[in-house]
Amino acid sequence: MSRLKRAAQIIVAMLREIFDESAYERFLKRAKLQPSMESYSAFSREREAARNHCPKCC
Amino acid sequence: MLDGMNNGLWFLVWILVGIVGVGALTVVAIHRGEPINALWLVVAATCCYALGYRFYAKFIAAKILAVDALRATPAERLENGRDFLVTNKWVVFGHHFAAIAGPGPLVGPVLAAQFGYLPGTLWVIVGAVFAGCVQDFVILLFSVRRDGKSLTEMAKEETGAVGGFVAYAAVIAILIILLAVIALVVVNALKDSPWGTFTIAMTIPIALLMGVYLRRIRPGKVLEVSVLGFVLVLLAIWGGQWVSQNATLAPIFTLRAQTLAISIIIYAFAASVVPVWLLLAPRDYLSTFVKLGTIGLLGIGIVALHPTLHMPALTRFVDGTGPVFAGKIFPFAFITIACGAISGFHSLISSGTTPKLIARETETRMVGYGAMMAESAVAVMAIIAACVLEPGVYFAINSPAGIVGQGAAAATATISSWGFPVTAADMQALAHAVGEQTLFNRTGGAPAFAVGMAHIFSQSLGGSTVMALWYHFAVMFEALFILTILDAGTRVARFMIQDALGHLYKPLGRTSWYPSILATSALIVAAWGYFLWQGVKDPLGGINSLWPLFGIANQLLATVALCVATTIIIKMHRAKYALVTLVPLAWLVAATFTASWHKILDRNPRIGFLSQASALTAGPATAATARLIFNNRLDAAVTAVLVVMVTLVLFESARQWIGVLTGREEARVKEAPFVTTRLAEERV
Repeated sequence: MSRLKRAAQIIVAMLREIFDESAYERFLKRAKLQPSMESYSAFSREREAARNHCPKCC
Repeated sequence: MLDGMNNGLWFLVWILVGIVGVGALTVVAIHRGEPINALWLVVAATCCYALGYRFYAKFIAAKILAVDALRATPAERLENGRDFLVTNKWVVFGHHFAAIAGPGPLVGPVLAAQFGYLPGTLWVIVGAVFAGCVQDFVILLFSVRRDGKSLTEMAKEETGAVGGFVAYAAVIAILIILLAVIALVVVNALKDSPWGTFTIAMTIPIALLMGVYLRRIRPGKVLEVSVLGFVLVLLAIWGGQWVSQNATLAPIFTLRAQTLAISIIIYAFAASVVPVWLLLAPRDYLSTFVKLGTIGLLGIGIVALHPTLHMPALTRFVDGTGPVFAGKIFPFAFITIACGAISGFHSLISSGTTPKLIARETETRMVGYGAMMAESAVAVMAIIAACVLEPGVYFAINSPAGIVGQGAAAATATISSWGFPVTAADMQALAHAVGEQTLFNRTGGAPAFAVGMAHIFSQSLGGSTVMALWYHFAVMFEALFILTILDAGTRVARFMIQDALGHLYKPLGRTSWYPSILATSALIVAAWGYFLWQGVKDPLGGINSLWPLFGIANQLLATVALCVATTIIIKMHRAKYALVTLVPLAWLVAATFTASWHKILDRNPRIGFLSQASALTAGPATAATARLIFNNRLDAAVTAVLVVMVTLVLFESARQWIGVLTGREEARVKEAPFVTTRLAEERV
């Protein structure tokens, strides 16, 4: 049961990482901000720079 | 005692895996005459991947790369909570796989299925285990040891300035050709298809809505909004059926190839200049969500249904006369299937974000080698999806009118005369079942894959009554993430051009300066738009000339990556093991250079660009002919330039190898200094 729980946790963590939710949480922690429209805008601007240089494969 | 028993048990398990794998591979290879069950391919692939990962990858990790669990990675040393971050290995695996898995492993194997199921299957399995996985793994590890440096930076440092320049130029060339060819795949999938066009058109307002939702309503709730977007896309698929049957709306969404091409060019330009949060990011999230779900669903469907393959092991087209694309198995099968076996583009991902997330060097095997194995498995699924179709149906969908003739009667007569019986009534019934007006001449691979996928899905879930929904779901799935790559690729290329132009005139390098954004976006869109237009107007369907061009460019980038890897291995004093990268390098050089030779100089006008130009010159002169002649000469020139550039890298690398091996040059690798990890076992 604990293995199943661990597997589920990893899948959720994987999805949250792929979909940038974890990155947003880290951003809030790093910038000492609360979740809000403004802080998500600031996070989006920071991600934009990285995303623009990040190729996706064919 | 227990350890001894465990070892003995594992030994027996691996012997069993070997026997089953060899047995399944033998059946796949020698089976002739009767249709074969897809499960043989699945078992053969699974066993080969397991053996490759357990033994070959472990050998490379231990003997060549000497991966060191105690060596701190850049994620640990340079952790900043942004780019560099210690991340769980499974999370990095998912991230890496989501970045490398695109439409390539789906489209390439479908096109190569014209040779039969065998060549593609063998190349996908063997190529992945001995070449693709190795490339991704070693480049990832070498990037990890160099603070996450990119392939172009490593090429510059390890093989010289020429290597760096060629890698940069190859990336730009590949991006341009890739964007053109995948746009062409979408055009061919959506032309004269009001249902598909409506569904894909709807993904634009859905993405905009998701962008606003993410920004204003529920900031940061990406998974939530992706589920919402997915539900809306499903509604758009369902609504597409109604649109296609509506007398007023259907003509609006029934577009010719040229109109679709212009729409896509305008859309990509707009997507490149609007803020990322509004369109690109939400579409990226949505397409990743759909991609991961659909690939998983297709895998389950194939194993559950284990369909029969109707395509023979080898077709008569191994002689090079194939209607989908011209050219013999060697070298054309090996450049047509890239991403599923080896893809140079992957080396950019392996030296991009992934090395900055790896917590331990020992995890590079699972992420680099393992994710490529998963990609290869996706390619096997694509082969199965294409080969479950009756061969006559497969060729009717994938052959251009210029080869099989205009009209259903001419096409079915030509295809039947090849020994692949198909009737106009069969094709009409199939088109009706999937909600299309016709399935003839739908070149590009995507429609054939969608029909195969719909066939598998409908037999697993819903029966033939929902086949049209599954078909359009498959078209939407392919088109959605092709358009995502189109958006993202145009932006990446734009930034690369801006970086380069910034050296000439500083303001052009500023990524927020709108004149620069507009000018460089227009430049890059015009570049791939030109090739797309060329493909759309091509009487042979465009894929015939553009896909090989893309395959050549992509495999030449893999050649650069393997040159860099071999140079580093030799500099690490592991020359006796350099065959691990040298053999795939030699194979790629042989296949890619031979293909380039054929594409430039072959006397068959269907293969050689120059002979096609000559044949057109000899025919009646029209405005269209003049353009086709110019296009063919341009394609020949692009191929020649790429080959010359990669030849320079090969010479530069060989000079380094000889210098190091003879002691004339110092074997000095440019690794970051060794720092012992401070990560506790439990944290990793």
